[in-house]
Amino acid sequence: MSDKKKNWPLWEVFVRSKNGLEHRHFGSLHAADAEMALENARDVYTRRNEGVSIWVVESKHITASNPSDNGELFEPAQDKVYRHPTFYDLPDEVKHM
Amino acid sequence: MSDKEVKNLEEMFEACIARDEKIEPKDWMPEKYRQTHIRQISQHAHSEIVGMLPEGNWITRAPSLRRKAALLAKVQDEAGHGLYLYSACETLGISREELYEQLHSGKAKYSSIFNYPTITWADIGAIGWLVDGAAIINQVPLCNTSFGPYARAMVRVCKEESFHQRQGYEIMLTLCNGTEEQKAMAQDALNRWWWPSLMMFGPTDAESTHTEQSMKWKLKRKTNDELRQQFIDQTVPQADILGITVPDPDLKWNDERGHYDFGEIDWDEFWQVVKGHGPCNKERLNARVSAWEEGEWVRDAAMAYAEKQEERKATTKKAS
Repeated sequence: MSDKKKNWPLWEVFVRSKNGLEHRHFGSLHAADAEMALENARDVYTRRNEGVSIWVVESKHITASNPSDNGELFEPAQDKVYRHPTFYDLPDEVKHM
Repeated sequence: MSDKEVKNLEEMFEACIARDEKIEPKDWMPEKYRQTHIRQISQHAHSEIVGMLPEGNWITRAPSLRRKAALLAKVQDEAGHGLYLYSACETLGISREELYEQLHSGKAKYSSIFNYPTITWADIGAIGWLVDGAAIINQVPLCNTSFGPYARAMVRVCKEESFHQRQGYEIMLTLCNGTEEQKAMAQDALNRWWWPSLMMFGPTDAESTHTEQSMKWKLKRKTNDELRQQFIDQTVPQADILGITVPDPDLKWNDERGHYDFGEIDWDEFWQVVKGHGPCNKERLNARVSAWEEGEWVRDAAMAYAEKQEERKATTKKAS
């Protein structure tokens, strides 16, 4: 072992609650490796049939956007109303389109 | 950042919370918000973890398999709640090791209620009924608190908590419908847990220092005294159904107020226990610290195994 003590890393847990639904972020936990992270996730996040499938990924592998960049990332979408169906004028005779 | 810029950010931050928007970990937040949340969430997590000890005491001696399975599940839930809360707390930039260190060194507090002993089986009933009952009243408003990870953890905790209270009340009910001795045991447990349960809501509003700020940040929705009154009003009729007596000679329904009046809480006792002089403070902390220390070799071995597997994977990849 190295002289500096290594602590169990942090993992993010994603659970699919039933087939047909996507995996959703449930929380995080510490574990020595991926296998233990899966086992711990089962005990910590699915004690009452909350899931049928679990993903775990070490937290350090996640790249997250920074809230201070929210302006340049998300604001440009706000003035693009033509991406929405209601932007287009159609006669009333055309039902359901 | 200049003072003016910080003040500007703070105003935007407060307005965001006032609009009922959530704060997420990477958002800007005032340092005081961060520190207050680290303190409160970690205290909450520590309480769940230490809270396993008084009940764990009875797992091997539960009177039936049904009771044993339920108690095991409850204690396991508490471990789970502690883990949800620790990871919510870590999103604020403090490590799990630091959090444990604060608990083990006595720097961080946990709920004083767990410094009382569980001397009979009826105590397990009383804890579920009263202690979990009080905890639910404290916790439900936190499902809407302003810090996203804390609110999400609390939603999960509250969902799981109601079984805890019901199983406790069922234990009390069974004892109260049993022999004279069993009923006396239930009464004795109520006698010992009633006042400490009332203290779980914290000092009176006049003495409470953080209330105003906590209300603003939605760490609190009602004051300590309001929550305490709510608990009493809800619990006294439940004691009547059990046929046992709340140990307060001043307890009386007040028609005008629409609430129960109740006697003076022994605040000296409260502060004694908070300061570390309760019946079990030393025992609880020692149990916690020795569990941590005695588990060290297991944690190290798991880490060493994980590293070895990783290395092996790397070499087979190279070879193929």
